Amino acid sequence: MDALDFLETPISTGTTIMAVEFEGGVVIGADSRTSAGSFVANRVTDKLTRITDHIYCCRSGSAADTQAIADIVAYSLDYHENQTGQPATVLEAASEFRNFCYNYRSSLLAAMIVAGWDEKLGGQVYSVPLGGMLVREACAIGGSGSSYIYGFVKEHYKPNMPLEDCVEFVKKAVKHAIFRDTASGGVVRIGILTREGFERRLFFNTESGESVVQNTLELKVE
Amino acid sequence: MFNNGIVQPLWYNGPSPGQFYNFPGYANNGNMKQCHETNNSDSTRSTAMITTGSSVLGIKFDQGVLIAADTLVSYGSLSRFQNIDRIFKINDNIIMGGGGDFADIQSIMRSIDQKMIEDQCYADNIAMRPKALATWMTRVLYNRRSRMNPLFIDVVIGGIDENNEPYLANVDLRGRAFSDYVVSTGFARHLALPLVREKKPADRDFTLEEASELIRQCMEVLYYRDTKNSSQYTVGVCKVKDSTSNQCDVEGPFQVDEKWSFAKMVKGY
Repeated sequence: MDALDFLETPISTGTTIMAVEFEGGVVIGADSRTSAGSFVANRVTDKLTRITDHIYCCRSGSAADTQAIADIVAYSLDYHENQTGQPATVLEAASEFRNFCYNYRSSLLAAMIVAGWDEKLGGQVYSVPLGGMLVREACAIGGSGSSYIYGFVKEHYKPNMPLEDCVEFVKKAVKHAIFRDTASGGVVRIGILTREGFERRLFFNTESGESVVQNTLELKVE
Repeated sequence: MFNNGIVQPLWYNGPSPGQFYNFPGYANNGNMKQCHETNNSDSTRSTAMITTGSSVLGIKFDQGVLIAADTLVSYGSLSRFQNIDRIFKINDNIIMGGGGDFADIQSIMRSIDQKMIEDQCYADNIAMRPKALATWMTRVLYNRRSRMNPLFIDVVIGGIDENNEPYLANVDLRGRAFSDYVVSTGFARHLALPLVREKKPADRDFTLEEASELIRQCMEVLYYRDTKNSSQYTVGVCKVKDSTSNQCDVEGPFQVDEKWSFAKMVKGY
């Protein structure tokens, strides 16, 4: 491994994604920027992708790779639900993601956070980073923007927060990451997964999303 | 063996003694250091270690073995996952500690778990022994490396063999196996191995107390001197309980007893 040390440094994947377990479910969050180098290809991307009604994944890395994997896993789980007659568990979804990300690790650039609610274990968050390992975490962050909020998350995360506190925590964390990471930007998309299903929330810097220009000097031409 | 003065290959498409041998899957671009996974696309992204575990240390004592590893999995220089158990109980006779790429460790663990389930299905009251598992791992890892598609792992396998003899071995990504009373991977090879060897009594094995104390000391040194080690660790214990059964568990997590107060005596540089 000494001869191959130079290969050790992993590549950061543009985006900020996050998922937190709380009492009764999970809260997921992401920014909305898809960048192609320095160009913002999509400023209103939805990185919170539905796998089943109760399982969503947060995508970071190559947009093409993650979309392809998410589509395949969603299809596969739908078939599985059909065969078993029961809703898929979050661990089943996370395992499928892991199997793809691990077996094709040399061809893919995909780091996912799989989060959801199932009857067996309640709210769960699983992290599948580059390389394809699988680990469950109560609070997972990912993407290039996550580097800037490790400190924030360590300071402000508390296990088993009530729902509104959790939403506030995820919103603030993603906002902080967007502030410093050029590869993250746009709006903060939040998702809440519970026994009841999925609820979306959207937060922008300005309340309405419209541009607000203050105190400009009007150019008077005489 | 010789045919018209040209040496025949050792096996079909195998190496010819004296000739240069191109391993299958080896991309001929002159860079000996690159390992490629053959994949369907023409991507040549190397499978480097990405999420990695650091050192693993194994010590044999009179009644069994101890294997210790910290609970950190790093992502390059980032301490990414800080609560991961890298010591695994394989069955009642075997424990294993995994270092190197953690996705590969999880992958080999799935294969091993399947093997153990198969073993149980035979229902013959015979559970696999550590030396058998170590030999199997050696073959798997050697074959993968020979196909230029290694599992980037370095493992310590230990347990109780037949005749209630403790067994301890280290197998690495090249398929190199080594058995001794103390084995380790990574930084522990430089820091812990000499420490343990120094303390070894010439005429007998370690006792459990001596081995535990050594683990504690080595984990402390590794925490101080390895950037990719954390202060929390778990220890696998596999020891003979009586003539028919063993006690095999993973204990912890334990915390290193850090000593920093002498820092106030250091001023200037």
